[in-house]
Amino acid sequence: MKIIQFIKSFLLIDFAKAYVLAQKYFFKKKATVNYPFEKGKLSPRFRGEHALRRYPSGEERCIGCKLCEAVCPAQAITIETEPRNDGTRRTTRYDIDMVKCIYCGLCEESCPVDAIVQGPNFEFTTETRKELYYSKERLLDNGDRWETAIAENLQADAKYR
Amino acid sequence: MFNLIQSNFFDLILIIFYCILIFIPLLLGVVLALYADRKIWAAVQKRRGPNVVGPYGLFQVPADGLKFIFKEIILPDGSDKTVFLIAPIITLALSIAAWAVVPVQAGVVLSNINVGILYIFAISSLGVYGILMAGWSSNSKYPFFGALRSAAQMVSYEVSIGFVIVTVLMCVGSLNLTEIVMAQKTVWFFIPLFPMFIVFFISALAETNRPPFDLPEAESELVAGYQTEYSGMPFVLFMFGEYINILLMCAMTTILFLGGWLPPLDIFPLNAIPGFIWFILKVTLVFYMFAMVKAFVPRYRYDQLMRLGWKVFLPLSLVAVIITSSILFFFELAPGM
Repeated sequence: MKIIQFIKSFLLIDFAKAYVLAQKYFFKKKATVNYPFEKGKLSPRFRGEHALRRYPSGEERCIGCKLCEAVCPAQAITIETEPRNDGTRRTTRYDIDMVKCIYCGLCEESCPVDAIVQGPNFEFTTETRKELYYSKERLLDNGDRWETAIAENLQADAKYR
Repeated sequence: MFNLIQSNFFDLILIIFYCILIFIPLLLGVVLALYADRKIWAAVQKRRGPNVVGPYGLFQVPADGLKFIFKEIILPDGSDKTVFLIAPIITLALSIAAWAVVPVQAGVVLSNINVGILYIFAISSLGVYGILMAGWSSNSKYPFFGALRSAAQMVSYEVSIGFVIVTVLMCVGSLNLTEIVMAQKTVWFFIPLFPMFIVFFISALAETNRPPFDLPEAESELVAGYQTEYSGMPFVLFMFGEYINILLMCAMTTILFLGGWLPPLDIFPLNAIPGFIWFILKVTLVFYMFAMVKAFVPRYRYDQLMRLGWKVFLPLSLVAVIITSSILFFFELAPGM
């Protein structure tokens, strides 16, 4: 056994094998996703940046039930509501502290009207902390911007809910 | 008298011009070598390597260099400042100086001296001083350990490199690098001297502190070895010196074993290609192997490194010297017999 080991090491057989293996890997397809230029596939259930959605008529979906505020384990959501002139209850304030948020998705799940959702966007870094305290305007704006993708994702995931 | 000064002056200008002619391609070679090194390493690990700066990431190395130029040169409080700054200059200057005798084609060499190989051997041995000075003057434990290791390693492997060169010289009968290449017209030396070729290649890895023998800068133990305290321009000088040394070792392998600028077969389409292109191709091939070894061999432990150098390579190359000389003697193959 020792002699075989000696011959093996003397003839550099292990190194030759390693070289062949390395050469094989050299020509293999790259495993890297070239991130800023190409992105990995995201599940429809991906929990990214929050958004408040609207109905096709333009009316905002949120009815101010505060279920999300109640369920939020990080207490990142702050809601204030008032009845509007037409008698419906609407939010006057809907803030999410994105720094506190743990992206658990419970707000999205608790919402009875699919108003607050977590979209597929995960590239919302900012240079100041202030910019991460999202207001209602910002969230509605997000909703408008990502509506197509969010609607598609909700539909794709609907049968499993 | 005036005539003498004038002719000397023009000689000087000519020599400076030749030096630039060597230095610029060398600089370009180092940039490409650094790039190729990273790319090959990445490819084996199924990564992409640098690919953002410039076409195919080719400008990554110049960009890094530019970054280093604009960085602050930090001189550690406890360091010996003069020696600290001289060390990288010595390393770079010595590694470039060795290229003065490297022939890239028949007759294309700065100084075709008769003891070319001794000159290269001497210069590359002096390279240890740059590293030792860096490690000592940094006045910090990691650089010191790195320098000690590097010095011990380079000295041990130079011994076996010396014997390998002796076997080649016995087959050539000359110390002139051009003649060493011309002696390989019939057969490249890596075929009859294959074991020596392998020993030389592995010793070259150790000599240039390349993985798997990069213990002087083993980042898991010594941060960056003798370079730890260096930043900015001095660091770049070290880096350049190191890579020029690696290219020199590739060139030496090419000249001693792979027939220098000679085409593989002396037939028409092959020998129409100018010699320096063959030379560059062969150096590239050897460098490719240098980079591949980095990718697939894990780093040696220090005692393993020393055992390999003194207990395997030294006896092996000694025996090879004896066997080669006996064969050359009894079959009367030695040049001049």
